Formats: sequence, structure tokens, C-alpha cells
Amino acid sequence: MMFMKRYLIPRLIQYFLVIFLGITAVFFIPRFTPSDPVQRTIAQLTSMGSYLDPASMEDFIEDLTEMYGLKGSMLQQYGAFWQRLFRGDFGVSFFQFPTPVIELIGTSLPWTLGLLLTTTFLSWTLGNIIGGLAGHFSRRRWSRALDTLAMVVRPIPYYIFAFGLLLLLAYVVRWFPVAGGTDIGRKVAFNWPFIKDVLRHSFLPALSLVILGGAINFQTMKLIVQNVNAEDFVQYAKLGGVKEGRIVSRYVIRNALLPQITGLALSFGQIFSGALITEIVFSYPGLGTLLYNAIVTGDYNLIMGITLLSIVAITTAILVIDLLYPLFDPRVRYT
Amino acid sequence: MSTTILRTEQLKAFYVLDVFGTQKVVKAVNEVDLEIMENEVYGIAGESGCGKTTLLKALYAAIEPPLRLIGGKVYYRVNDEEIDVSSLSAEGRRRLRWEYVSYVPQGSMSVLNPVIKLKETYRDFLDSHVSGKTKDEVFEIAKEHITELGLPLKILDAYPHQLSGGMRQRVTIALAALLKPRIIIADEPTTALDVVVQRGVVQLLKDIQERLKNTIILVTHDMGVQANVADRVGIMYAGKMVEEATTADIFENPLHPYTRYLINSLPRFGDKTTRESVPGSPPSLIDLPSGCPFHPRCPYALDICTKQMPSSIDLDTNHKVACWLVGEGEDGKAS
Amino acid sequence: MSVLRDLFKDYRFALSFCVLCMLLALALLTIFSPHDPTFWGVVPRDLKPSRDNLLGTNSKGQDVFWQATFAVRNSLIISVIAGTVSRVVAVLVGMVAGYKGRGTDRALMFISDSLLVIPLFLIIVMLAMLVRDMMNLVTLGLLLAFFGWAWDARVIRSLILSLREREFTQTAVLSGTGTLQLVLKEYMPFATPLVFSTLINNMAWAIGMEMTLAILGLVNMDIPTLGTMLQWAISYQAILLGYWWWILTPIILAILLFVALYWLSVSISEYLDPRTRIQRVGAQ
Repeated sequence: MMFMKRYLIPRLIQYFLVIFLGITAVFFIPRFTPSDPVQRTIAQLTSMGSYLDPASMEDFIEDLTEMYGLKGSMLQQYGAFWQRLFRGDFGVSFFQFPTPVIELIGTSLPWTLGLLLTTTFLSWTLGNIIGGLAGHFSRRRWSRALDTLAMVVRPIPYYIFAFGLLLLLAYVVRWFPVAGGTDIGRKVAFNWPFIKDVLRHSFLPALSLVILGGAINFQTMKLIVQNVNAEDFVQYAKLGGVKEGRIVSRYVIRNALLPQITGLALSFGQIFSGALITEIVFSYPGLGTLLYNAIVTGDYNLIMGITLLSIVAITTAILVIDLLYPLFDPRVRYT
Repeated sequence: MSTTILRTEQLKAFYVLDVFGTQKVVKAVNEVDLEIMENEVYGIAGESGCGKTTLLKALYAAIEPPLRLIGGKVYYRVNDEEIDVSSLSAEGRRRLRWEYVSYVPQGSMSVLNPVIKLKETYRDFLDSHVSGKTKDEVFEIAKEHITELGLPLKILDAYPHQLSGGMRQRVTIALAALLKPRIIIADEPTTALDVVVQRGVVQLLKDIQERLKNTIILVTHDMGVQANVADRVGIMYAGKMVEEATTADIFENPLHPYTRYLINSLPRFGDKTTRESVPGSPPSLIDLPSGCPFHPRCPYALDICTKQMPSSIDLDTNHKVACWLVGEGEDGKAS
Repeated sequence: MSVLRDLFKDYRFALSFCVLCMLLALALLTIFSPHDPTFWGVVPRDLKPSRDNLLGTNSKGQDVFWQATFAVRNSLIISVIAGTVSRVVAVLVGMVAGYKGRGTDRALMFISDSLLVIPLFLIIVMLAMLVRDMMNLVTLGLLLAFFGWAWDARVIRSLILSLREREFTQTAVLSGTGTLQLVLKEYMPFATPLVFSTLINNMAWAIGMEMTLAILGLVNMDIPTLGTMLQWAISYQAILLGYWWWILTPIILAILLFVALYWLSVSISEYLDPRTRIQRVGAQ
């Protein structure tokens, strides 16, 4: 079980280490903030007209301090932080007090997951297919035209691109709704009107993500295929008179997909961030908009919860891809 | 009288390159006339960069941009008929490949598809030329073939990276003989291998030739290998064939000054004099010297050598040479 | 120089170079600006583009054209600071990791890889909230620089690894050259072109990041940048009110900037990579 030792164990250690460091960093960053969240909540409540006598106020402050994990020395806080994490307790949201953060994330997560998974799948497969064909027929005009198109689309950041699409297809031409996940007032249900509604609303954010992600995949795949085509073993297969179809599928694509799998893993963090940003532009009810609200109201617990979850989710996704890689590349399997 | 199996007439193949606007022409194969017989091993020797590999590519009809066929013809003798290879369609050429003529490229280390097992590579080559066989039948053919040639059976289940360089070379050679072609073209099959493995490779080539009674065109700068395997040797210099004779004749009676240097640079038992190699360096194929391309390095260069290219003279003992020092009917040297 | 001439043969380099020159010229025009960019109400509000106001005016009573010049200038400043500081860090980390090897290398690359993998956007957001009050061009640039070095550090490290094996390194070491001098004097010429092309990429990323942070309100909204311009337009409902000149100016300028920077970096790195240079040569 050489594979286990050389590949799996170090990778797992790295996985846990990254998560540990990430979570620690997330713990420390808000604790250097100048503002005191307990005082802020009190100020918020008193400004809304509530009043508490001094004794109850002191109890209240103590409860709040404990709820926000600010009780005790830094070390005690750190310990309590980890304890609560293992219980799945991300604390309580400031701006939607007293809803626990985990609940808020729970409502938004399915929207983000749906958007993220479909768009990643689509942009990866479409980008690879079109890029692969373009790389194979790299001298044709359509291949070069697509290349130029990708060169214009790719450098545009998620925010601007999403915003541009929004302007164009929701304002200038009112083909799509401007915001939200569904029309206002529609209840979640598994029936066709609901699904149709969701599709209509998610079309633009999905389009934005697929085009941007697809452009990058297209470019890299085209380059990879051009390089693989020049490899000795492909030239040799051609010299051997192997049929073209077989060369393309077994020699070119099989080998070209390998770096693309790794590429997917590497770019997953960016894809995720891009999805969040796109959601914000379209007010799509996923983690992105939740994050936006958290920032605007200064809700550290919520931001922290989202960040922690994201770090764990992304590193896990990357780990899964990494562990699946040997299935495709025998050179790693049998070293 | 043995029959000619491959013939070239004034073959000219140049590389046309465009380097930032200026055109550069590499005259890799410059008016080559060859006549290769059935059931013989024909060796081609020469320094690196003299055009050997390009000649092989032209013989194999594997001419692709930036390499261009400028002039001349290549004829194969297929089923008692002489075919002009350049008149064939791409599919026609593909069908001849491997069944009639096969190729062992230079650097056979990396010519095998790294992500499929060797038996699958064999299957690809077989399937593309032989129809109507099931997967199992194909594997059986491959197994038989491998064992016949004395190679271990288990290599078929291996991936290329699991085999040593020498073994991969032998596998590639065996693959070339798979469909029992009339001609096998091998480009530097022993280079980059240690002496012990070289012996194995040379032995394999000999075995194959004896079994199939076909023609092997062997390119190598290693004169030792030529002495071991070749029946006839052609010496190539700067894109031209400067001398051709039986192996014995080349070694015992080299006529062209370049050949003389090549032979004299080989170590001999008992001879302790310093080995002399050819002075100077090979000419650039873009910027060839006028007249005979060897004249700048030739110690016997005559005035005419700088002005005119010598044509090939056929001496009675099946010995051809292209040099102004050798006149018609004589085989003497100039003083 | 012949290098420039060769580069100009690539239409992408030529186009992007011109666009960037135009944008630089725009940024330099700020010297002649008749208004202070942070003042409101210096001109009548919400006017369409005219001869007096080339790109119209916005709802805050500012001239959109002059705002744009400052926006381009400031965005460029942020990106230059972010880009150069992160290059310095990348070069240092890459060189140390590549040259020292083993433990130091593993540790540094671990940190670098972690930075590449985690959702940087969220971390940057958290940090930005921390320094919200102190945010200005320089602090934003430094904040972005803190995260932009990871990719480049790896690239430089592989370069150093290959250079280390070369003969001239042995010669230098044997003749007594100190490590620092070796690295700076001998290796730099190899690293410079690489660094330059990634610098441009990093600059584009920084500008994009700034604009994204702007909609989240995490930058100093008083300083005109491409991001803040856009954000003000959005919060003043410019889209609904049809003030297209206010909304489109930052978007179009930004897109021009991104595409130009990207084309520049791609054409330079393709020129440098001998394999792609030869690919351009050949079949006709």
C-alpha cells in the first residue's frame, strides 16, 4: 500500500493543517477589531426603545459576552471556540438576533450549492469540450475567433461581468428578472411553477458564472490539447496509422483531462468566491447575499460562520478531487 | 537478383520556417537517390543534424508542415507494383502504414501513451489496420507476438512508466513488427541506452529481420552498430548521400574523405595511435557552403570542390561515391 | 529596441499598449483638473454629456469626466502598490524557498499553497472590515499585496530550482560569491521578465478586487476610484434614472483596463516562452 503512505497520509495531514490554520486565523482576525460587539448590540437595542435596569443589564451583558465567545482570556476564548465548533455552534447572528448563524447559513446554502454545482459542472465540461475541439483544429478560423473572444471575456472580474449582464439583459432588454431567487411571495414547493420561477431567476447569475468559468477552461484546454498533440506519443500514434477517432479520445483527451482535473481543484476557491460575488449582484438568496448583509450590518459572527464553512467546504472539495486523481493517472497510482 | 522495395529519385525535402517575418529554409534532404532491396538491412550513418531523421520521415511519407516536399519522388513496391507514395491519399497512406512499412522513432522512450496499458496500445495499432477481431482475439495476437520475440509476457499488462528505457525500446520495436511489414524504419534505436541493453535491441532487430525476411532501414551514427547489423551502409552528409557500399567495403575501403574520417575515428584492437575525428563542425543546413558541402572541412579539397557539387559515381563493386577525388572507373585517391 | 519591434508585431500587444497609453494619459490629466475630486456640488447635477461636461455630471454635482480621470489614476496607484509590493514578497519567498530548499522550502510553499486554495475573497473582506476606518489608497494597496504573492512565489521558486542546477551557479559559489549577491545579481536577469508579466496580471486582479470591495462598502468612499465611482452611481439609482453616462463610464474604463492589461501580459509571456514563440512560427 505504497500509495497510502506516499500520497494519502501526507495529503490528509496537509488537509487538516490548512483547515486548522484557516480556522485559527478566522478566530483571531475579528478579535483585533476596535469595536466591541456587545456594546453595539446594546446600543442597537436601546436605540429601538428597550430599557433594562442596571442589574438586569449586567446579567444581559454577561450573557451576550458569553454568547459572542468573548468571555475570559484569549486562550480560554480559543478553547471555547473549538468546543463550540465541534458542537456545530457558530454562534448567534448580530443582525438577526437571536437566530443562530447556522440556521441562517442553512437557509442560504441550498441556493448557493445549486448554483455552484451546476455552473461548475457546465463551465468545466463545456469549456473542455469546446476548448478541446478548438485545440485540435487550432488553425481554423472559428477556433481563432473563439480564442479572441475568450481573451476579451476572461480578464473581466466576476463583479463587472455579472453587473454588465444584469444591465444588458434585465434593464436594457427586460428579458430576465432583476433580483432575487423567486418572485416575491412564492412558496418553496416542488412543483413546476416554482421550478420555472427558480430557473428564470437563476439564469442570469448562472450564465455569468458559466461564461466566465468556461472562458478560462476553454483557453487552458485549448493550450493543453495543442501541447498534447505535439507530444511524442500522439505523433507516434499518427505515424502508426491509428484511426483519428481513437487518437483523439484515447491519446489526446485522456491525457489532456489530467491537468484540467488538477486545475479544477486549484481554481475551486476562486470559483466559489466568484459565485458569492455574482449572487450579491443579482441579490440571489444564497450565501453571497447573506454575506453582503452581514458586512453591511457588521455581523461578525455571521461573517465568521460563512468564512469557516467556506474554508472547510473548499478544502474538502479539493481533497476529494485530489484523491480521485490517481483513478485517472496511472503514473501516480503505481509509482 | 533481389528486387527493389523502396526507391527515391532526387528527393528534396526542406523545412520552411518563418521567424518573425524572415523566411529561413533548412535543406535537410537535398537531392537524395536511394535504392533499397528486399531482405536486407540498410544502414544510414552520419553526424547529428545531417538530415537523417528528415530523410526517414520522407521515406515514410510523414511529411508535415513546416517540412515540405520540394521535389523528387518516393516509390514503394507493393505487390509487384511500383507506387508513387506522394500520389496516395491520406487514407491510402494510413492503410500502408504498419502493414507495409512501419516506423521506430527516435527517442522511443516517450512514444507510448502513458495512461493506457501496453496491451491497449497494441490493440489500438491492431484495430486500426485489422478489422473483425474481438478484443480477446487481439490480445491473443499481441501475446503471441511478444513471446515469439522472446520478450516477457507480463509487460503487456504494464504501463509505460513501469518499464525501463531499454524495455520500452524493445516493446516499440516489437510493435513495429506486429503486422509483419515489408519495411521497418528505425531511427537511432540504440542511442541513449547502455551497451548491454544495446545488444538486446540489436539482437531483437536481427531476429525480426531473419523471421520476416523483410527490409530494415536503420539510422544510427554509431558505426559499431552498423558493422553489426547492416548489409549495406549509406553515408549522409549535409542532406546528401555521399557514399554507399556494402558494410565490409565501407569499413575496409572508404573512399569519401568524410567516410574515411568516420571509419578512422573508431577504436581498433592493438592500434594505439590517437583517434582523429572530423575537424570543424557540421554546416548549417540553412546556410550551406557552395559546391560540395564538405569542402570547408576536407583536407583534400580541390578548387572544383568549392564550385560544383559532385554527382554520384557508380563503381563496379556496388560502391557509389560522390566526390571529385574519385574519377570514373578508378578507385584511387588523390595524392 | 528590436524586442519592442517584435512585440509590436503581435496585435494584442500593439492594441493593449495603445489603450494603456491612453488610459495613462487620462490619469495624468488629473493635474489639470479644475475641481477637487472630493468636493460635491461643484457643477450642476445630472446633466447629460455636453461640450462643457464631456461625460456629463452626476447626482453628487461632480463632473463625470474629471472624476473618471481621478478614478483611473487612483485605481492605477492602488494596483501599482499592490502589484509591486506583492512582487517583492513573491521574489523573496520564491528565491529563499528555491535556494534553501528542504524545510524552509516546504514551509514556505505550504503557506503559499494555502493562500492559493482558501477563499481569499472572504479573508480579504474580514481584514477590510478591520481596517475600514484607516482605509486609503496605500492601505488598500498593501492589503491586496498581502494576498497576491502566492502564485508568483511558486513560479519564481521553480525558476530558481532550475537555475541552481546550472553550471554558473557552481562557478559563482566556488568563487566565493555570497548567497545574497548570487541570488540578486545572477538570478535576477532570469526572473525579471517573469516577474514583469505576473506584475501586470496582479495589477488587473487588484483593480478588480478594489471594485468588488467597493460594492461591499469596504473602501473609503470619498476617494474616487473606478470602484467607488460605480458604487456611488448604483446607490444613487443611476440605472433606474437613466443616467447612463455615470454608470457606463467606470464600467467601460474598467473593462478597457482589464482587457488591455491582460493582453499585455499574455503577449509578453508568450514572447518570453520559447515554445510558444516557435509555435507562432512555422506552418504556412
